[in-house]
Amino acid sequence: MLAAGLALMLMFAFPLWRITLEAPQYPKGLSMFIWVNKITGSEPSTLQNINIMNHYIGMKAIEPDSIPELQFMQYIIIVFAGLAFLLAWLNKWQANLVWLVILVGAGALAIYDFYLWEYDYGHNLDPHAAIKIEGMAYQPPLIGKKIILNFTALSWPQLGSLFMTLSMILGTLSVFKGRKQKRIIG
Amino acid sequence: MNLKSIRNLFVLSLVLGLMASCGGNKSGAGGPLGAGDAAQKVYVAPGEYDDFYAFLSGGFSGQVSVYGLPSGRLLKVIPVFSLDAEKAWGFNDETKPMLETRHGFIPWDDAHHPELSQTDGVPDGRWLFINANNTPRIARIDLTTFETVEIIELPNSAGNHSSPFTTPNTDYVVAGTRFAVPIPQRDMPINEYAGNFKAALSFVSIADDGRMDIAFQILMPGFNYDLAHSGKGPSDGWMFFSSYNTEESNTLLEVEASKHDKDFIAAINWKMAEQLVADGKFEEMNSPYMVNFYDEHTHMATSETRNSVKTIKAADHPGLVYFMPTPKSPHGVDIDPSGEYIVGSGKLSADLTVHSFTKMKAAIAAEDFEDERYGIPVLNFDATLAGVVKSGGLGPLHTEFDNNGNAYTSFFISSEIVKWKVGTWEVLDRAPCYYSIGHLMVPGGDSKQPWGKYLLALNKITKDRYLPTGPELNQAAQLFDISGGKMQLILDFPTIGEPHYAQAIPADLIIEQQKQIYKLEENMHPYAVKSEDEVKVTREGNVVRIYLTTIRSHFAPDNIEGIMVGDEVHFHVTNLEQDFDVPHGFAIMGAQTSELLIMPGQTESNVWYPKYEGVIPFYCTDFCSALHQEMQGYIRVSAKGSNPELKWWVGTDE
Repeated sequence: MLAAGLALMLMFAFPLWRITLEAPQYPKGLSMFIWVNKITGSEPSTLQNINIMNHYIGMKAIEPDSIPELQFMQYIIIVFAGLAFLLAWLNKWQANLVWLVILVGAGALAIYDFYLWEYDYGHNLDPHAAIKIEGMAYQPPLIGKKIILNFTALSWPQLGSLFMTLSMILGTLSVFKGRKQKRIIG
Repeated sequence: MNLKSIRNLFVLSLVLGLMASCGGNKSGAGGPLGAGDAAQKVYVAPGEYDDFYAFLSGGFSGQVSVYGLPSGRLLKVIPVFSLDAEKAWGFNDETKPMLETRHGFIPWDDAHHPELSQTDGVPDGRWLFINANNTPRIARIDLTTFETVEIIELPNSAGNHSSPFTTPNTDYVVAGTRFAVPIPQRDMPINEYAGNFKAALSFVSIADDGRMDIAFQILMPGFNYDLAHSGKGPSDGWMFFSSYNTEESNTLLEVEASKHDKDFIAAINWKMAEQLVADGKFEEMNSPYMVNFYDEHTHMATSETRNSVKTIKAADHPGLVYFMPTPKSPHGVDIDPSGEYIVGSGKLSADLTVHSFTKMKAAIAAEDFEDERYGIPVLNFDATLAGVVKSGGLGPLHTEFDNNGNAYTSFFISSEIVKWKVGTWEVLDRAPCYYSIGHLMVPGGDSKQPWGKYLLALNKITKDRYLPTGPELNQAAQLFDISGGKMQLILDFPTIGEPHYAQAIPADLIIEQQKQIYKLEENMHPYAVKSEDEVKVTREGNVVRIYLTTIRSHFAPDNIEGIMVGDEVHFHVTNLEQDFDVPHGFAIMGAQTSELLIMPGQTESNVWYPKYEGVIPFYCTDFCSALHQEMQGYIRVSAKGSNPELKWWVGTDE
C-alpha cells in the first residue's frame, strides 16, 4: 500500500492525458497536456494557439482557471495517497479493498468527467461562429485518433494515468496478499 | 601604364567577353559531365533544407540577401541601409533612427562586404557585419533574428570600402577609407590633395553583446585603402590593407593612379595600436558620429551621438605600420588559412603576388627597407615575396581558399576562376564565368577553416544568362562544385542588387538559434498593449495615439471615432500572436508611409495625417488566416475643430 500511495503522488510529476492536433501547417503538431492540476502545451503559447484555431468554429476558449476539476482533483489524490499510507500502517486487507474500490470508482468517474468536458467543448458552440458546418461536432476522441476537419486529433493517456493504474494494481496486490496471509495465520 | 594600354586592356576585355558570350548557352551545367549530374548536386527536395546559409551583399540595393546553397533558393532579404517599404524598414517609428547619420536621415547606401563574426578564426554564426560604402557606416545583423540591430557611423572616413573585416576573435572589425580626405574635414583646394589628404583606418571594437564602438583610428598617408583581411594563426595581431593611388592623384584616376608599377599592402600591427591606446599615446579628435541601436525588447531603435575618436598617427610610432610593395594597384588582399601567405591581386596584372608573413617579420627585423613614404618604411619587395602565381589570366581581384591547400582567384578581365596550389603557386584548373566575375566565395574561405565544398562566383555582367527583361538585368551568381579536382559549374541564379562579396556558414551552426516569436511578456515597447482589455485612444492637442492589437482575425479596436482633419494620428500596433510565422500587417488608406508588418509579440508604429472628412478603412496586409479578408476596420474623420468625442470598440456597437 505504501507503493500504491507513492505511485499516486507521482501523478503530480507527469501529465495524465495528451491531446495532439496535427495539420500540415503545424509540422510539429499542437499538443495539449492535461495534468491533475493544470493544462499545458508543447510550447508556452500552445493553448493560446489552440484557442485561436477553435474560435473560428465557435468553441469556447479552454481556460484552465475555469475548470474546477483542476482545482480539487489534486486534493482527492492527496487524500487517497494519505489513506494509502495510513492503510499500509494498519495493514488490514478489507480496508485496502474498500480504498481500492473507491479509487477505481473515482478513476472511472474522472474519465467520464473528461468525456463530458470534451463533449461540452465539442458540441456547445457559439451560434455566431465564423465556420459552421451542418451536423458537425468537434469533440476530440476520448482515446485514439479522429479526423476533425483539417486536423487529425490524437488522444492518449500519459504517464500520470499509468501511475494511477499502477497504484490500483498495487492496491489489488495488497488485497490478495493480505487475504492469503490471513488464511495462513487463521 | 598609359592611356593607350588602358584602352588595349579594355578592348581585350571586350574581346574576351564576346568570346565568352558566344559560348554562353552551351557552356556550364550542360557540358561534358551532363546536366543530370549537376541537377542532382543542387537538388534540394521540397521540404528539405540547404547545407549552407549564404549571405550576399546587395551592393547598390543596400541590403543583404540570404540564399540557401546548393539550391540557390532565396530565403530572405534583410533590409540594412536602404528603405524597405515591405518591412517598414526606415518607415516605421521604430526603425527610422537606424538610418540617422550626422548628415541627417539617409534612405540608401551601397553595401559591399558581408562578414561573419568569428571565434578562433572560424565563423561562429553570432553576427553578420556589412559596410555602407557611400556614407561610411558598419551594420551588425543578429543571426538569431536576421534583423539589423546596430549601425555605427565612421567619422573621418569617405568611401568605406576596405570594411568590415574581422579579427580572428571579432575583437575588432576594421574600416579603411577608399577616398583620402582632409582630416579633419575643411575647405581647401582639391588639387592640394598630395601630402595633405589623409586616410583613417578605423578599428571598431565589438563587445561580448555585439555592441560597437570606434576603439581608435590610425591616420595614414592619403592613399586609397581598398580591401583588408586580418592575419590569423602566426600572423594574428596584424591587419593587412591593400592600397591604390599611392600616386595621390585627385583627377582621372584611371590613368593617374595607374602610373606606379607597384602600390602597397599596408601591414598594421593592431596589437601595438591597442597598446598605444592603453598607454594613452593617442590624440582625442573631435569628430562626432552616430550610433543607432535596435533593442529587441523595446522593439525600438535609438540614436546616440558620440563626439570624439582616439587617433594614432601611423608615422609617429615606428613598428606600427609597414608597406609591402605589390604590383599593379592591388585590389584583394587575402590571407591563406594557415595565416602565413598574404595574396595581393594586382588588378591590372596577369599575376598574383604572394608575400610571406615569416619573411615580412624577418625583413622588419633586418630593417630591409627600400624606401619610406611619409615616415613609414617600405619593405624591400624581394624580401617579403614568397612567390608569384603565373596565372595566364588577366585582372585578378579576389582569392578564397579551400581546406585542401588550394586557392581560387577571380579574374575580372578574363572572366574566369583560376585554381592554384598554395606553396607551389602552380595553376591546377581554370573555369570560365558568365560574365566578368568580381568576388568569389568559398564558405569559410577567408577563415582558418574553410568548408571547401562549393564556390560561389559573383558576376558583374549577366547578358544572355536568363530570359531577357529589358535593359536592366539581375546580376548572376554561379555555383561551382569544388569537391573534386576540377571545378564544375552546377548552378546559375539571379541575385538582388549587385552582390559584391558574400559569406556562407553551415546551416546546422545557426539553425537551432533561430527565434520563432518575440515573447509578448518581454515586450517593453512604451506604446505596447498586451491584451485587448488595454486598447485605447488618447488625444493631446492634435496628437492622437491609437493603441491597437492584432490577433486572428481582427483588430481591437476596429471602429474608431473622434479623429479630426489636421490631426497627427499615431498607430501603435501590437501583434498579440505567439505562434511561429503569424505576422499581421497594417495599412490605412491615404497614409504617406509604408505598411506595418508586425511579427508575433512585436509592436510597430506609424503616423497618418487625415486630410479629408469621411470614414476611412484600414486592414491587415499579410494573409494571416482563413478570415484575413475580414480583418479590417474603420476610422471616422470629422471636420477640423468639431471636437467629436473619442470612441472605439470591437465586436459591439459602442
